[in-house]
Amino acid sequence: MPPVLNAFGPAFADDWRDAPHSTGTSIMACEFNGGVVIGADSRTTTGAYIANRASDKLTKVTDHVYCCRSGSAADTQAISDIVSYHLNFHGMELGVEPSVEVAASVFQELCYNYRDSLMAGILVAGWDKRKGGQIYSIPIGGMCVRQPVSIGGSGSSYVYGYVDANFKPKMSKDECIKFVTNCLALAMSRDGSSGGVVRLGIITEEGVERRVILGNELPKFYEEGSV
Amino acid sequence: MSSIGTGYDLSASQFSPDGRVFQVEYAMKAVENSGTVIGLKGTDGIVLAAEKLILSKLHEPNTNRRIYNVDRNIGMAFSGLIADARQIVEIARKEAANYRAQYGVSIPLKYLNDRVSMYMHAYTLYSAVRPYGCSVILASYEDKEPNMYLIDPSGVSYGYYGCATGKAKQSAKTEIEKLKLGQMTCRELAKEAAKIIYTVHDELKDKNFELELSWVCQESDGYHVRVPDSVYADAEKAAKQAMEADSESDTEDM
Repeated sequence: MPPVLNAFGPAFADDWRDAPHSTGTSIMACEFNGGVVIGADSRTTTGAYIANRASDKLTKVTDHVYCCRSGSAADTQAISDIVSYHLNFHGMELGVEPSVEVAASVFQELCYNYRDSLMAGILVAGWDKRKGGQIYSIPIGGMCVRQPVSIGGSGSSYVYGYVDANFKPKMSKDECIKFVTNCLALAMSRDGSSGGVVRLGIITEEGVERRVILGNELPKFYEEGSV
Repeated sequence: MSSIGTGYDLSASQFSPDGRVFQVEYAMKAVENSGTVIGLKGTDGIVLAAEKLILSKLHEPNTNRRIYNVDRNIGMAFSGLIADARQIVEIARKEAANYRAQYGVSIPLKYLNDRVSMYMHAYTLYSAVRPYGCSVILASYEDKEPNMYLIDPSGVSYGYYGCATGKAKQSAKTEIEKLKLGQMTCRELAKEAAKIIYTVHDELKDKNFELELSWVCQESDGYHVRVPDSVYADAEKAAKQAMEADSESDTEDM
């Protein structure tokens, strides 16, 4: 660590020079009756420095499968590029789009085999003919588990209770979008490494619809000092 | 064969001047020497049946099988050289296992068929090897959809509603064409398959044979298994009755 030159102490050291980019993040995915809604904040940090305030952590893998990335930006970008190539190639061999389950398996294989060198927590979400909307959570060691709703990233710790209290199976699309937006807004307001805008993706049989909810349009909840 | 002795049949890697690869054709001959094997696609699955010729009375029943499992939901039946075919079963099993390990789901039959037929085709390309002396039928029932492919020693493969290979493939095909494959269930097809194997069996040339019957269908929960004893007994009974009815009508004609 270089000498600390600012007035705020070690927490605000000039680590932006050598700290890795990471998506200290709030990400979320939630099933509804016709597909899944995925969402993420837009903050990428280098230590305490915001390297990008409008990043897109929802990454396309195939036409009907997306992933939400958290952890090291470099690692997760590399993984999703490799998986995306792999699945598109496999789709050509099969003549049909690979299922969400297969996509999650390929993610898992990479995350597990290289678990010692990677820092990646990924949510794989998408829609396929066989099982409809699905979410697979692949946390840091390379486990893979299907969940009807899943949250990830540093911001997620603040909203587990909210998710547990408010999630309902088989919500309508609009209900689900509202739920994801609320969760992310709450996570972003508490978590210092999350913030910016909320990016959403709605994955159904028809494909993906992308939305952005700007910072000033985010739902407001109780904030200390504002009342 | 007319071109024996022309020297163009010594290697799998050489064409004859009229564009044939004799080694591959000889491999097809090897297939034609073995018992008949058929596959029938029904509305709810696939039935495989094999005529296993018994060369010695000392052999135990249910050994040297012609129908194997490649995966829980994939069956493989073959005709031709048994040892060659067992190797194909082996590589198909490896393909299926690898696919499951990598993608977490069972291998789509279309993909398995691509891989196995490519493998068999590779053995028609080099002078150091000979083609496989067997044809294989691959059958599966995935997502309520029955699928079946037949691969020849040349590596060519097609999808089928009904297919036959081995000694009596021509007459078996004629019998299969009489069936309304698109409308029949596997239970009905098991009987038909047994009937076909019994009718195409040549009693004069081959005395004993054992009928092998397996299916992969709704009734077997999507697994490829040998048909239950009761179904087997019914099918065998129906086949024997049909044979008797046939021979009776023959005598009447005389």
